[in-house]
Amino acid sequence: MKSTLKKLGYNRVHKQMNDVFLKYTAKVVFLVIITFSINLFFSGHYTPGGGFVGGLLAAGAIILLLLAYDLKTLNRMIRIDNKRMITAGLAACLIVPILLMFFGNPFFTHQHMYLQLPVFGEVPLHTAVLFDVGVYIIVAATTLLIITLLASEQFMSDSEGADRE
Amino acid sequence: MTDILPILPMLVPFIAGIILLAIGRTNVFLHRVVASLTGLLLIIISFFIVAYVARYGMVVTHVGNWEAPFGISVVIDMLAALLVLATAIVTLAVVVYSFQSIGAAREKFFYYPMIMFMISGINGAFTTGDIFNMFVFFEVFLLSSYVLITLGGTKIQLQEGFKYFLVNIIASNFFVLAVAYLYSAVGSLNMADIHNKLAAFDGDASIMSLIAVVMLFVFATKAGLFPFYFWLPGSYFAPPMPIMTIFGALLTKVGVYAIARVYSLFFMDNTGLTHQMLMLLAVLTIIMGSIGAIAYSDMKKIIIYNILIAIGIIIAGIAMMDEMGTIGATYYLIHDIFIKAGLFFLIGFIIYRTGESDITKLGGLIKIHPVTGWMFLIAAFGLAGVPPLPGFYGKLFIVTSLFENGHMISGIIVLLSSLVVLYSVIRIFISVFWGESMDFTKLKPISYDKLLFSSFLMVIIMVAFGFGADFLYPLFDSAAQSLYDPASYSVYLLGVE
Repeated sequence: MKSTLKKLGYNRVHKQMNDVFLKYTAKVVFLVIITFSINLFFSGHYTPGGGFVGGLLAAGAIILLLLAYDLKTLNRMIRIDNKRMITAGLAACLIVPILLMFFGNPFFTHQHMYLQLPVFGEVPLHTAVLFDVGVYIIVAATTLLIITLLASEQFMSDSEGADRE
Repeated sequence: MTDILPILPMLVPFIAGIILLAIGRTNVFLHRVVASLTGLLLIIISFFIVAYVARYGMVVTHVGNWEAPFGISVVIDMLAALLVLATAIVTLAVVVYSFQSIGAAREKFFYYPMIMFMISGINGAFTTGDIFNMFVFFEVFLLSSYVLITLGGTKIQLQEGFKYFLVNIIASNFFVLAVAYLYSAVGSLNMADIHNKLAAFDGDASIMSLIAVVMLFVFATKAGLFPFYFWLPGSYFAPPMPIMTIFGALLTKVGVYAIARVYSLFFMDNTGLTHQMLMLLAVLTIIMGSIGAIAYSDMKKIIIYNILIAIGIIIAGIAMMDEMGTIGATYYLIHDIFIKAGLFFLIGFIIYRTGESDITKLGGLIKIHPVTGWMFLIAAFGLAGVPPLPGFYGKLFIVTSLFENGHMISGIIVLLSSLVVLYSVIRIFISVFWGESMDFTKLKPISYDKLLFSSFLMVIIMVAFGFGADFLYPLFDSAAQSLYDPASYSVYLLGVE
């Protein structure tokens, strides 16, 4: 399509055709998916879900934005370096069990307690959640990194192909 | 104390890897500092672990405080401790060697973090006491090795890296399959627990032979045993020297370690089939390696085929599964880590200095690098097993064990392979260091003090290892004990049931 447009005399061809419906729904659905991913993340200890699935879903939400807009816009919307996020996630995954060792138990022995709150009643607190935050970040960032890398690669080979014609 | 100590070998490089990632990729100097400090720290920790295990016996921790057969246990017996120590020393040497050889472009693309993550995975595979966890650590170091083998993205690296990736992915899938078989047959994943259950079982355990074959397929692919070695000479040839060193010295050894562990703990029911099969493959590997080592005139290829010979000899010792054989195998295993690293370093130095890896195009280097030349000769003798260098003791034990068990032909093949090894490496020495002088003006003006530091360090350790064989004997005796007497490995489960 791009090459056809170029032949017709359009000098500047956008990577992505504008689609108003897609863009508006993407914004709304993005919020819904992110909320659901956080819900999945917190339900993960006893029921299906957890950091991995939640992270994948979060990455899916951001990829939806990528589909609706393009890479440049996405980078303007979310100014986070994926590689930094992976490092941060790995660090979280590591620091939690190292701090836990100060309880005098073997590696990775988690601590938990129950908290009585006025409105919510009995709320369980578990250090595994902190570890899972790391997993969530790593999975989301890795998936995004891979997909954006592939997308920019695709973009590069596309433009090369157009040049060759 | 015992809670923290066993996990340190995998934890420390992992922390270092994350620190390196956090530093970012522009500050190469800081990368070098952190990586070499980690290497030093690992060596100190591993020495401490070896001393601790020698004094108090096996050190065990149960991750997550789950009881032994249910959770994951990290178990360091003497064999694992010695391997961790050898890994740490080679890591430091490789990191120092990389300063002047790998090139700034690769260093900037997360070279040191990947080395650290790989060491973390290797140490994890050595120290874990759980077969599925071992698979996980295999994946950890394989993932890093995929990155390392393609790092730089030259044509040959991508070509061979893809092959390497494919072979290892398939082998890993079969690993999961074998673990699933094992779990459905035995109902446990803790290696010591599996051993106890099988030892107490007096029914028909012929299913274990099937699992033995699948496991052998997996680990033979990783270690480079006879029918599955086809990927090894090509893939190890592709990456730059330091990466090739760490692959050749350590990665295949993890496969050998896994074979030793698994065949000693799980498959004692039908040794007539399983261990004979191992023996046959070992002998064929030696023969194929010998053919390759003589056939090529490329230094890298010659040393790579020498890896195959060494793997075959170690596996032959393990297949005997008696005291002599396993002591020889463990001793030769550690020796081979050092000597292979040393030889790769030395030929790497020659290649970086001359820009040429074909021995027919080199000659007379001893006039310029006399010390290096003689060091290479010592390394060559060590590899072939000239007494009192360490290759000799390992082979002595293995061959004695082979003859005692009536494997005359295998024993003779192992002995003959020493001649082939000696011939193939001395051929490098004669044509590179002696012979007609090459054009010395073509030598590259590189700085090479760190290259020589790592090379000589390995050769000196190897020599000390040989002269200290008597002093080190108790360590290897107790390392081999968990192979020929697997009940001593699973002793930490006593009173658990």
